[in-house]
Amino acid sequence: MRVPLSWLRDFAALPADVSPREVATRLIRAGLEVETVDEAGADISGPLVAGRVLEFTSEPQKNGKTIRWCSVDVGEAEPRGIVCGAHNFAAGDLVVVSLPGAVLPGGFAITARKTYGHVSDGMICSVRELGIGDDHAGILVLQPGEAEPGDDAIELLRLRDDVLDIAVTPDRGYCLSVRGVAREAATAYGVAFTDPGVRDDVDTTGDDGYPVRVEDTERCPVFAARTVTGFDPSAPSPRWLQRRVQLAGMRPISLAVDITNYVMLELGQPIHGYDRDALRGAIVVRRAVAGEKLTTLDGTVRALDPDDLLITDDSGPIGLAGVMGGGSTELSDATTAVVVEAAHFEPTGIARTARRHKLPSEASKRFERGVDPALPAVAAQRVVDLLVSLGGATQEPGLTVAGSVPEPAVIEIPAGLPARVVGVDCPADEVTSLLTAVGARVSDAGGERIAVAPPTWRPDLTDPYDLVEEVARLHGYDAVPSVLPVAPAGRGITAAQRLRRRVERAVAAAGYVEAPSYPFVGEADFDALGFPADDARRVALRLANPISEEQPLLRTTLLPGLLATLRRNVGRGTTDVAVYEAGLVYRPEPGPLPVPPRLPVDRRPTDDELAALLAAVPSQPRRIAVALAGEREPAGWWGAGRPAGWADAVEAARVVARAAGVTLRAERDEHAPWHPGRCAALYVGETLVGHAGELHPRVVATLGLPARTSAMELELDRVFPGGVTEEPVPAPSVSTFPIATQDVALVVDLAVPAADVEDALRSAAGELLESVRLFDVFTGAQVGEGKKSLAYALRFRAPDRTLTVEETTAARDAAVAAAAERTGAVLRGT
Amino acid sequence: MSAPNSDYDPVQVTPLDADQVAAMVSDALAAFAEAGDLDALKEARLAHTGDRSPLALANREIGALPPQARKEAGQRVGTARRDVGAALAERQAVLEAERDERVLVDEAVDVTLPWDRAPRGARHPLTTIQERVADVFVAMGWEVAEGPEVEAEWLNFDALNIGPDHPARTMQDTFWVEAGGSEDSGLVLRTHTSPVQARTMLSRTPPIYVICPGRTFRTDELDATHTPVFSQVEGLAVDEGLTMAHLKGTLDHFASSMFGDGITTRLRPSYFPFTEPSAEMDLQCFVCRGASVGDPDHPCRTCGSEGWIEWGGCGMVNPRVLIACGIDPERYTGFAFGMGLERTLMFRHGVEDMHDMVEGDVRFAAAFGMEI
Repeated sequence: MRVPLSWLRDFAALPADVSPREVATRLIRAGLEVETVDEAGADISGPLVAGRVLEFTSEPQKNGKTIRWCSVDVGEAEPRGIVCGAHNFAAGDLVVVSLPGAVLPGGFAITARKTYGHVSDGMICSVRELGIGDDHAGILVLQPGEAEPGDDAIELLRLRDDVLDIAVTPDRGYCLSVRGVAREAATAYGVAFTDPGVRDDVDTTGDDGYPVRVEDTERCPVFAARTVTGFDPSAPSPRWLQRRVQLAGMRPISLAVDITNYVMLELGQPIHGYDRDALRGAIVVRRAVAGEKLTTLDGTVRALDPDDLLITDDSGPIGLAGVMGGGSTELSDATTAVVVEAAHFEPTGIARTARRHKLPSEASKRFERGVDPALPAVAAQRVVDLLVSLGGATQEPGLTVAGSVPEPAVIEIPAGLPARVVGVDCPADEVTSLLTAVGARVSDAGGERIAVAPPTWRPDLTDPYDLVEEVARLHGYDAVPSVLPVAPAGRGITAAQRLRRRVERAVAAAGYVEAPSYPFVGEADFDALGFPADDARRVALRLANPISEEQPLLRTTLLPGLLATLRRNVGRGTTDVAVYEAGLVYRPEPGPLPVPPRLPVDRRPTDDELAALLAAVPSQPRRIAVALAGEREPAGWWGAGRPAGWADAVEAARVVARAAGVTLRAERDEHAPWHPGRCAALYVGETLVGHAGELHPRVVATLGLPARTSAMELELDRVFPGGVTEEPVPAPSVSTFPIATQDVALVVDLAVPAADVEDALRSAAGELLESVRLFDVFTGAQVGEGKKSLAYALRFRAPDRTLTVEETTAARDAAVAAAAERTGAVLRGT
Repeated sequence: MSAPNSDYDPVQVTPLDADQVAAMVSDALAAFAEAGDLDALKEARLAHTGDRSPLALANREIGALPPQARKEAGQRVGTARRDVGAALAERQAVLEAERDERVLVDEAVDVTLPWDRAPRGARHPLTTIQERVADVFVAMGWEVAEGPEVEAEWLNFDALNIGPDHPARTMQDTFWVEAGGSEDSGLVLRTHTSPVQARTMLSRTPPIYVICPGRTFRTDELDATHTPVFSQVEGLAVDEGLTMAHLKGTLDHFASSMFGDGITTRLRPSYFPFTEPSAEMDLQCFVCRGASVGDPDHPCRTCGSEGWIEWGGCGMVNPRVLIACGIDPERYTGFAFGMGLERTLMFRHGVEDMHDMVEGDVRFAAAFGMEI
């Protein structure tokens, strides 16, 4: 809401010397979000005067334009010679002339300058040059008799004013009017307020005006109609009216339309004017029936919903009630009889219609937030008064006011409630006086309670706490002291939260940079990753209103976003890149989504209701993924680098597992988007927790990734299926007896996983085994075709003695025998 | 060693006279001093203290002396050998020190050579600031609550006093999950972390003191200051006797923990459906602390010379919310607050463009390291 300060002062007796910024500050303190103070016209300085074009000659120019060389009377002894490029004026017209020395908006300084072969002694201005409109097609031509040559045009056009631009929150619909803001300003300054919405000279009942029948009184509790005739459609809007409407952010159109907008801005009551001669029979307010259509003022044909509330006449729908009028009864430049509608509509119905038709209008914006239901008759009268005084119209005698609105319900509260909630000292008499300033009627309800009747313009005041807020803001938030509450002793972060921190730190410490990405994906992402048609990861939630139509789905894997991030980094020159993301994926069950029940809000849902609600929220497990490409270790003065590859990806999973305190087992697998020969399935116990390895070359090519890009993705929630547990780690006993080392080289078939050989060695080496380490893998002629040699260092130690050679040899032999039995291993050299 | 003899030859004992012994000592000392390195010293040692050295021979002769001469000769030779041994050790130490020094010089390297073989990782500041915020509150006994990102509409809106036709629903541009059929799915991408508060109140009984960091979603296009996917942190306290003063005290403590001792907050009346009274919360500028206000010569970029920075929203939990979540508003009051973490990072660290925060360029996160 943009409120010109001059308009505000019409109703709030603010001190003359108060600055617009001070007013803004006071209003902010009272809870209005004054976003800016627009000092309209402050960048204009004179001389800017009215002038009369005495005569001109048209002079065609070489550039194809024709300029007019004008002689203009600006109230001086001699007329001035001024060059003008516009052609929308005639000799004798009154225009606005900026004389040398004037400055127009944007720092545009006017000088006498030579142009098109003349010295132009000033400039004839367009509305755009004056900062009062967008029209630059021609210059501004004043009404005949509107001014005398030489009159100050800054005053004439009301160029200078200050405008408070206020973002009105949904609870303060009454501040979508000069009336409402003026009331707040008057309260803030403790000065008199003249309420333009309360008039004792206006009838509020009647049924002898234009015939109106309201069929849906719930959605339209009040409908006031008045009629004027003999309106002069050619009468111009006065400058002050145009300027105020324009400063308030609307476009001046014609006198009748400007008046309806002016009254809406002033009182907050949306007004609709009908051309009476276009109306067919009585006005009927009813719901739409299926299949009905309406062409609204903006020229759009709208298919109506049975929930839409309509204004109709015998011809059918003529307006979308409270949202936008129809074209058939629109006020035109031939309208002489006007039926003025000032109605009250129920907010949520208007909100639904405005949203359904994507039609947020000035009217719907106000009705949605709640308009003062006591206003219609007063507002209609205000419109009629202006049509009469400015447009020469005659008020028809009748008045129709259909329906009425009950007084707002009285709210009873303990007088001490505001002080108790806010934590300030606020005695009962102050509570009463503050609520009275809001417009409420406050009475003693006995027992230290007060009964508060909210004013009609505050439909938001329904609960005790609504009154607490009014008292709090008017008492001043700066009076609230600062007291730190003492919470009961807490348990710190949970085991699951601690695990997440530990895992993410470990992955970052291992050289990965965190790069969270948007969770939006599309089918094309799944195709690029080579997911089979029946892949479970293709079962994704779809957004009804995605940012991009290409990515309407919610991710079921972290990889699309992470790989896009990797590619972006490479594109920006970071060719050695290792990134990770930890976040949620969204995994609905296949088939139609269960719809959560719509639960009540006036009580706690039952446990069953709540369980049904929570069960309808799809599963959203937490995953962590890494992707890397380029060199994992760079080349340097120490020697060659080491390219990133599948093993780094698998190791990243082991980093996660170590941080989680679990043992990870890798098994060869074939799983998109990984390279079928370089993909590990990752297990904790018997649970598959993720995959790692090098990406499939086709995926790499499709996504434009660097060759051999590798990745790991693991579901943290699967690592601890029953919830994160933190069992105490049993301490090892550290033996100080000497180590005994035995190296063995085992030849196995190429296809035998090294992990199986190691498992076999461990299983049979006995309690004396301290560690097993694979220190070499060798293939070649010496070991034979289709074979490989795996060299292990076995370290043995006893807790209580120095081992003998016989003991360690026996343990080694047992280990090798087990490997031979389970994996066909043959001890090399035997 | 020679056996003591009784049959001595006076001629053979002449080397044991004082002058001769003194000469042996001075020869040895001179040889040691002359030895320029450990090898030369080894030769000198063998020559002057070895088995065939004059002093060794002299020592061997002592036994052949007449008993009355043995004592004196023994003392003389013993002293001489000790002196020579001491000189040798001293020289040995000197030469060893010289050698060590030379080796250490030879082994010197250029310690300014880079050794950036291990790639450096980093955590994203949006993650680490969430942890930091959580830690501030955990230190006060609060707990960290979390919830899903795809959320039931009822928890995101209805339970928070934002009914189906509430104008606040249009204030928050919501991503709706599409249902299979024609009806609404009843699911949204949560527009704020407030549903976590509702979940907490529905599952626990007061006193409740929780902080809820998390990812949130609204249908804004990405630009320099907006992103459809952003992060919030919200706090909720429900207990007996809580007032706005406790809200203010909590916010002041939070502000000073994050931005420096003495930094406070300011409340301005505002509107949120789930709180009443509601307030916008401003943070005292932690750079100029208000000194830039009205001082055009020393403008403050962080607060635009306003002295305050808009930080978030807050208020007393609306009793309607307490009722929907099964908490008796006659007995308990609550307060809640929330702020955007992208915005917090922007002014706390001077991040100039939202794109840097969301594009995953590793150079951005790397600058912040592991903590914030």
